[in-house]
Amino acid sequence: MKEYLLNIKNAFKLKHYINYIVLLAVFALFTALYYAGALNRSTPSLFNQILYSVILAVSLNLVVGFLGELSLGHAGFMCIGAYLGTFISNMLIGAGMNTVLALAISMVAGAAVAAAFGLLVGLPALRLRGDYLAIVTLAFGEIIRNICRNLPFFGGAQGLGSVIYSENLTNKKSLPMFIPTFICLMLMLVVIQNLIRSKHGRAITAIRDNEIAAKAMGVNVTYYKLLVFVLSAAFAGFAGVIYGAGVSPVEYSTFDYNYSIEILVMVVLGGMGSINGSIISAALITVINFYLKAYLTGDMAAIKTLIYALILIVMVVYKNAPALKSFREKYTFKKLIDKIVNRKKAVDYVTDDTARWDVVPTKIEMNEVLSTDLVVTESVVSPDKEVK
Amino acid sequence: MSDFALKTTDLGISFGGLKAVQNVNLEIKEKEIYGLIGPNGAGKTTVFNMLTGVYLPTTGTFYLNGKELKGFSQERINHEGIARTFQNIRLFNNMTVIRNVMVGLHNSPEFKCNPFVSMFRLPGHFDAEKRMRQRAKEILDIFGLLEERNQLACNLPYGKQRKLEIARALATNPKLLLLDEPAAGMNPQETAELMDTIRFVRDKFDVTILLIEHDMSLVSGICDRLTVLNFGEVLAEGEVSDVLNNPEVVKAYLGD
Repeated sequence: MKEYLLNIKNAFKLKHYINYIVLLAVFALFTALYYAGALNRSTPSLFNQILYSVILAVSLNLVVGFLGELSLGHAGFMCIGAYLGTFISNMLIGAGMNTVLALAISMVAGAAVAAAFGLLVGLPALRLRGDYLAIVTLAFGEIIRNICRNLPFFGGAQGLGSVIYSENLTNKKSLPMFIPTFICLMLMLVVIQNLIRSKHGRAITAIRDNEIAAKAMGVNVTYYKLLVFVLSAAFAGFAGVIYGAGVSPVEYSTFDYNYSIEILVMVVLGGMGSINGSIISAALITVINFYLKAYLTGDMAAIKTLIYALILIVMVVYKNAPALKSFREKYTFKKLIDKIVNRKKAVDYVTDDTARWDVVPTKIEMNEVLSTDLVVTESVVSPDKEVK
Repeated sequence: MSDFALKTTDLGISFGGLKAVQNVNLEIKEKEIYGLIGPNGAGKTTVFNMLTGVYLPTTGTFYLNGKELKGFSQERINHEGIARTFQNIRLFNNMTVIRNVMVGLHNSPEFKCNPFVSMFRLPGHFDAEKRMRQRAKEILDIFGLLEERNQLACNLPYGKQRKLEIARALATNPKLLLLDEPAAGMNPQETAELMDTIRFVRDKFDVTILLIEHDMSLVSGICDRLTVLNFGEVLAEGEVSDVLNNPEVVKAYLGD
């Protein structure tokens, strides 16, 4: 036991835990403001929205950024969680169960079923790569939401009314939704961050960097691909249950491919393979979306998407334009911190290979797909796919 | 049969109607450095791909220390004890040097630690990580890469990338090491260093080495025995000096 604690102490690095600390601080501040009654009515719901967007973005980042497979069906997993979670919690509350307990049970159930579907989608991911896998996951998302729409006990096209939501509206003393969401978020961060910073994370990034070499080094590619898909789907399921508890009714039209793309935008903007980047960009995009929706009402609502798109374009261009390179390097966040803390010498930033901002490792380039397409099951393979 | 580290019997593969490799019979003794040479397109890399499970041989089979490995997956063959390097270097470019080696250590039973333990940092995780890092450092030290351990693999100079690939393959604790053109792109001095490294690796890690090479100074310098492939068939085999003076072999390389 003593040795274990000592190990934890030795392995402790502040930069690995800074995101927990910042999130906890923000959460504590927010909860204090909430109970002091200093927030207006829409803010807690915005905060909840930010938190579940972060869960979605970070869990998708595990697939896109760390495993390097493009998945466009994340909203589908969320859809499963939302419908199933709402259905189960409605039923449990109808049977007279405590709201918090009902929510907890529906979360576990929603995540478990979403994980099972993650396994289902992970199976083609073993055979398909790049664009082809993206198409399969896209189709999966559409299939799921249309199934949910057509199941009679999920309310059909009108959607599924949420009991938790209406209870929260009427009962002023009920637990605000952002607290369970935050607990889920922390659980997800612990699981994903620790996994990535272990031998398993190394195996996953090895598959991303060079699948053939990873196989030749004895990494069980099948196992890790399925593990990543299952984990990512489970957390998307969590986010779905949370979403379902904060909105009524749960409508199938929410979970269209646009939503999947929006989550992907959060990941790409924050930097593939960067957990902190995903957290920041998910929060940013959710806030932008929320205020655009709030202020552009009536006829102006039509230009909401236009402004949103413009903001995204500006952000992406700023982040990647070669002409702005020197400007970006001059005014970085790290330099700002250095200035504030007044560090004397420039710190030599050791690149943490699990958190690189500047590489885009997803295997979506066609020639790469062709040259690494090497899964051989039959004895007859074409000779142009030789491994050199 | 188990006198040989690697034994192949009538190993061959066809891609559709094209017989890429036929009737390759290799018998490699333990701790031998064995060369596989031949003109371009002779099927040398294809033999490697069959031995590592990338291709499934259409005819024949192969044994490692008497155990038949044909039909196993690439991962499984690696667990059984065959590791390889690639002709075009295939490192994990966006990972640091030490992590490249640690991926090689991934499957060693001594560093076993399931994902659940790692996720929640249960006892066992830190211990395994610490020992893995230590072992990786030892391996890097042997190859003189300890200084560069925190650099990204893609930033290493070419010669060191080759060395890192060998280090990574050895981290998987193989019985048989397959080197695909280890001296490609090296100058004569680097090649001489590489020869020392290969001999050293054989003695230090107790591995049998099968290598493909075009550089005849390296082949004649370190190989114990040779097999020459031409158009997918064995042209000659045996002691180095005999094979290299064989008129058939000279003809295959230089033409009539």
